[in-house]
Amino acid sequence: MQKALTIDPGKCTGCKQCEMACSYVNEGEFNVSKSRIRVFDFHEEARFVPYTCTQCDEAWCQQACPVNAITTNEMGVKVVHDNLCVGCKVCTIACPFGTVNYNASTGKVIKCDLCGGDPACAAACPTDAITFQDVEQGGFDKMRQWAARTTAGTEPSGPNAPA
Amino acid sequence: MYHVILGAGPAGVTAAETIRKHAPDAEITLIGGEGEPPYSRMAIPYLLEGKIGEDGTHLRQEDGHYETLGIAYRHGPVISVDTGARSVTCADGSTLGFDTLLIATGATPIRPPIEGLDSPGVHTCWTLEDARRITEHAQKGEPVVLVGAGFIGCIILESLAKMGVDLTVVERGDRMVPRMLDETAGNMLRHWCEGQDVRVITEAEVDAIRSGDRAALAVHLKDGQTLPAALVVIATGVRSNIGFLDGSGIETGAGVKVDPYHETNVPGIYAAGDVAEGINLSTGHNDMLAIQPVAVEHAYIAALNMCGIATEHRGSLNMNVLDTLGLISSSFGTWEGVEGGDRAVLTDEAAGRYIRLEFEGDRLIGAQTVGLTDHVGMLRGLIQTGLPLGAWKNKLIDSPTRIAEAYVAVMQQGPVSGYTGPKVALPA
Amino acid sequence: MGWTGKILRINLSTGTIATEALNMDWADKYLGQRGLASKYLVEEVDPRADPLGPDNKMIMATGPLTGTCASTGGRYSIITKGPLTGAIACSNSGGYFGAELKFAGWDMVIFEGQSPKPVYVTIFDGDVQIRDASGYWGKTVWDTDKGIKAAHQDPQIRVAAIGVAGENEILYACVVNDLHRAAGRSGVGAVMGSKNLKAVAVRGTGGVKVRDFKTFMDATNAGKKVLKENAVTGEGLPAYGTQVLMNVINETGALPTRNGQDVQFESANDISAEAMATPRRSDGKPNLLTNQACFGCTIACGRISKIDETHFTIQNKPEYWHASGGLEYEAAWALGSATGINDLEALTYVNFICNEQAIDPISFGATVGAAMELYETGVIDDAVTGGIKLNFGSAEALVACVEATGKAEGFGKELGLGSKRLTEKYGKPELSMTVKGQEFPAYDPRGIQGMGLTYATSNRGACHLRSYTVSSEILGIPEKTDPLTTDGKAGLVKAFQDATAAVDSSGLCVFTTFAWTLEDIAPQVDAACEGNWTVDKMLEAGERIWNMERMFNNNAGFTAEDDNLPKRLLKDAAKTGPAKGLVAGLDKMLPEYYELRGWTPDGVPTSETVARLAL
Ligand SMILES: Cc1cc2nc3c(=O)[nH]c(=O)nc-3n(C[C@H](O)[C@H](O)[C@H](O)COP(=O)(O)OP(=O)(O)OC[C@H]3O[C@@H](n4cnc5c(N)ncnc54)[C@H](O)[C@@H]3O)c2cc1C
Ligand code: SF4
Ligand code: SF4
Ligand code: SF4
Repeated sequence: MQKALTIDPGKCTGCKQCEMACSYVNEGEFNVSKSRIRVFDFHEEARFVPYTCTQCDEAWCQQACPVNAITTNEMGVKVVHDNLCVGCKVCTIACPFGTVNYNASTGKVIKCDLCGGDPACAAACPTDAITFQDVEQGGFDKMRQWAARTTAGTEPSGPNAPA
Repeated sequence: MYHVILGAGPAGVTAAETIRKHAPDAEITLIGGEGEPPYSRMAIPYLLEGKIGEDGTHLRQEDGHYETLGIAYRHGPVISVDTGARSVTCADGSTLGFDTLLIATGATPIRPPIEGLDSPGVHTCWTLEDARRITEHAQKGEPVVLVGAGFIGCIILESLAKMGVDLTVVERGDRMVPRMLDETAGNMLRHWCEGQDVRVITEAEVDAIRSGDRAALAVHLKDGQTLPAALVVIATGVRSNIGFLDGSGIETGAGVKVDPYHETNVPGIYAAGDVAEGINLSTGHNDMLAIQPVAVEHAYIAALNMCGIATEHRGSLNMNVLDTLGLISSSFGTWEGVEGGDRAVLTDEAAGRYIRLEFEGDRLIGAQTVGLTDHVGMLRGLIQTGLPLGAWKNKLIDSPTRIAEAYVAVMQQGPVSGYTGPKVALPA
Repeated sequence: MGWTGKILRINLSTGTIATEALNMDWADKYLGQRGLASKYLVEEVDPRADPLGPDNKMIMATGPLTGTCASTGGRYSIITKGPLTGAIACSNSGGYFGAELKFAGWDMVIFEGQSPKPVYVTIFDGDVQIRDASGYWGKTVWDTDKGIKAAHQDPQIRVAAIGVAGENEILYACVVNDLHRAAGRSGVGAVMGSKNLKAVAVRGTGGVKVRDFKTFMDATNAGKKVLKENAVTGEGLPAYGTQVLMNVINETGALPTRNGQDVQFESANDISAEAMATPRRSDGKPNLLTNQACFGCTIACGRISKIDETHFTIQNKPEYWHASGGLEYEAAWALGSATGINDLEALTYVNFICNEQAIDPISFGATVGAAMELYETGVIDDAVTGGIKLNFGSAEALVACVEATGKAEGFGKELGLGSKRLTEKYGKPELSMTVKGQEFPAYDPRGIQGMGLTYATSNRGACHLRSYTVSSEILGIPEKTDPLTTDGKAGLVKAFQDATAAVDSSGLCVFTTFAWTLEDIAPQVDAACEGNWTVDKMLEAGERIWNMERMFNNNAGFTAEDDNLPKRLLKDAAKTGPAKGLVAGLDKMLPEYYELRGWTPDGVPTSETVARLAL
């Protein structure tokens, strides 16, 4: 069984600790604009949604890469190899989730790599909105589940909203 | 089962690997048309720039990759297909039988009817061999004329400029990348290029290439201008490699005709990639979409069907991303819009930003961007899932930059009538 | 590091923008944010300057931990000379604006002068511009926020703005960032308005570095663990927000009610945290939807509420049929208890308007409370109020008042003077529940004696956030003291004041101190910043800051006489509850406090004190 990031927007408070942890681990500084995970704030609906790559089974980014610079490691994680990536950006338009992004300062792309199996975002999340769990489904199902889990409207949804 | 795959580009290799994944015992032979290991044409620009070496263009890097997977790789090219005998014949006269066949022979650059096209120093930029020859001629500071500023032309433009040549681009259309970007975006690209000392001549056609006095060659335009050139690179479009199918009974048009399972009119014979006319998601019609991600999608679906896993293709989305000397542009789907549809536009030329979104009803059907890199893939996601945008459509019309928010918001609305993810196809 | 080392100086009179290096000698003595910006203010602004004139400056300042992963590390403050009080003002705000300013590369921004016409300032990383705001003048904060994001086509811009109230110099106008987080008190929004500065829009894509990342991560993780395991910060605040206090303080007999006439509100439960979480009878949905964190905060006490769409306040106003910042305790008290109003939905609506037009709900609610007493005692009538029936308990009246005050129209203009000037105008200054001109908040000193000294000595006028002795006197943090006695409160107040000044200078939120002491905070600051920041050094910085603020105020003309409380608290005993029969015992605490502070009996720091603190 593989482990994956499981995101429960209903528990997110919008604190952005995940973004900071991610940028620290990957960029060596606190810089949320370079985080691989982003928290979307739907203010008027009282909803915060952390969002990052779900490590799809048949990953579009990987399939589109012309030089095999994205490979799947033993944990099922799609990893970008900087030494091979030529910066063509085809993966960035191929990934329909928009979670692999071009970094102009390096000329390569960046995406979540689950921090090599110890995701900093999950560790940093104070409310368990992001957890690292065993999952049976592949990336698509993960995404589908994620999509279906939250309600669309302004129903009470927060971690401490009344039951 | 014996699977034979013609063409060792991205389509051919993806198909071979996918078959292996689903049919561990099948026999697979992959036949290439050039004397190279399977490689990616798309990587050629980066080879020219010196970002990678030739091995960096190879589709798979590990030694013995194909042997390990039990994929026999051999050199062709194939010169004919006998659909009755179910065999193919190679240029060296050898023949191979098959149970299923995949045609993934890609495309070849069109050679426009220009006098002097065969002169030394005039090249297309399509194969590794082309790349080697361009590298020879493209010396720093030398005048180079690039004919064609389409998508592939613009990619080559980037690498030629990075090689430090004195570059002039000649394009027949009224703007750069006319089939990928509209006038506003195309002109932004043009001004950007001109700002970086690349000469751009539009609405111009090459009449002849003769030997020149200021440089080895002189490119004569129909309007009378003459451009000196040490090297001329031709990028005026491509056509499918289907010549060897003449008389085989396999139905072709501009490319090989396929059904939604990527099978041709001949049972057991499939086609994928630049050579195939697959379904265009935006129109629902069969069409040539000669881009890498589509080649791979085709191959994936064809391979599943070749293994007996019936998988229908819902269609591929036309999409491109271009980096023109640091100005990044992209386009998706029906970027030109449809009659009666709505549009969201943001133009900020000074900041190098442009976003144009096209809607039909409350669904996104096409998009173009300049200067946007964060989360661009979401545009594909929105178009391909066809999720209704609801209130977000007007928010996008007000602020087209809110794409990512809109995407995450509508993704969470969940299934309206059965969730249809952006996945091309899933193994059963 | 921690600091970016760069500050922006924007002169709105001349339209010049300058960059300068942060004075690191000062940073070593005043840390950042409140302390450091106050130092700049004290050095640069004449204490007697007109707060709303061109000689006053307004500083937006972050702390060294702003924009880091330290829990609550997202704060910024606005430091200026306050128009409500004439004293030094420092208002602290959360949300995301502060961190964004830091990511843009700036420790602080100093605004000088007065623009000849309405402008807003954009700070997009290093690109700083003063722009025409005529299109936003007269608009609410919410519309301005939306408009600026659309104009610059970047939804990730963070905006701090004033509403119509600030433009019209309503004396307790505040500055609201991220739609519902406010630099709330002392009228900093009026200063911004006097400068013709409508908004500051920030977008930062840079990073923040700390001195020693590894130690910093360990220290901040240890800190987060403490917050999580603490009952207040780990459970109470996330679940109920600061509103957890409503019933507690009411039972303590320290809930100032109907302009301080009572110390208990019979309807407190109707406007409490519990009420917010209970499904409404009307539509079966609770007022509270969820909680929200500010940048970097692992407590997440913020309230996100949605008003009942059929409620009279918004039934014809679909523009308010959405979620936004809900009631915090101080606001619920001021809008509800101080006015005797028990309609939770109305209070939430009034709170929305306070956010939308950027007015301080504490001063506003308390001023309405005073005006209600003027009205009920016949001092003012319908002619003055413009027909508003200003009776205690009237939600309709409160709603009319907030709409008028937000737009600075009619009677709203008078309310916008604050209760001190309003009651003086009608000859009843004793009805103003203020110290140094600022309305006191939600704790009655008769029931919590330490808060009397807190209000009396607060450098920005009556305020709970300068020394929140409620922690000790009610919640037992760090140790329980008796709220009904004055014994030991002088020392308690001083200790809280100094520690709070240090926390307010770090980039952290003072709510962490429900769980953290400086023992938890100093290691985080020290790992981020050069300068060997021990607990002692932080406390010393805190004391230095306190005295510096005091000296500014003394130079501005304040004396020991201004360290006082409204007569009502000193003379009229509490009528009910545990404090029944008690008045605020300020006289028993103040002399001791001066002595502990090293001040003369006139409240002036002695030369030894000044020397000891290297002021
Ligand atoms: C310079 C350049 C830049 C490009 N940039 C991009 C880009 O940025 N994004 C993008 O999406 N696309 C890009 N493309 C297009 C992309 O490379 C093609 O869409 C993709 O290669 C198609 O893959 P394919 O496998 O269908 O065909 P090909 O890659 O063309 O492979 C066809 C294979 O078939 C072989 N073959 C041909 N005829 C025969 C025969 N008769 N017998 C046996 N084998 C035969 C060929 O030798 C080759 O191995 C670029 C192309 C070029 C040339
Ligand atoms: S980057 Fe996109 S395509 Fe690639 S694995 Fe992640 S979600 Fe899938
Ligand atoms: S940008 Fe890099 S990882 Fe992405 S497709 Fe191109 S080479 Fe592969
Ligand atoms: S797992 Fe690691 S790389 Fe991925 S989003 Fe979380 S912190 Fe970033």
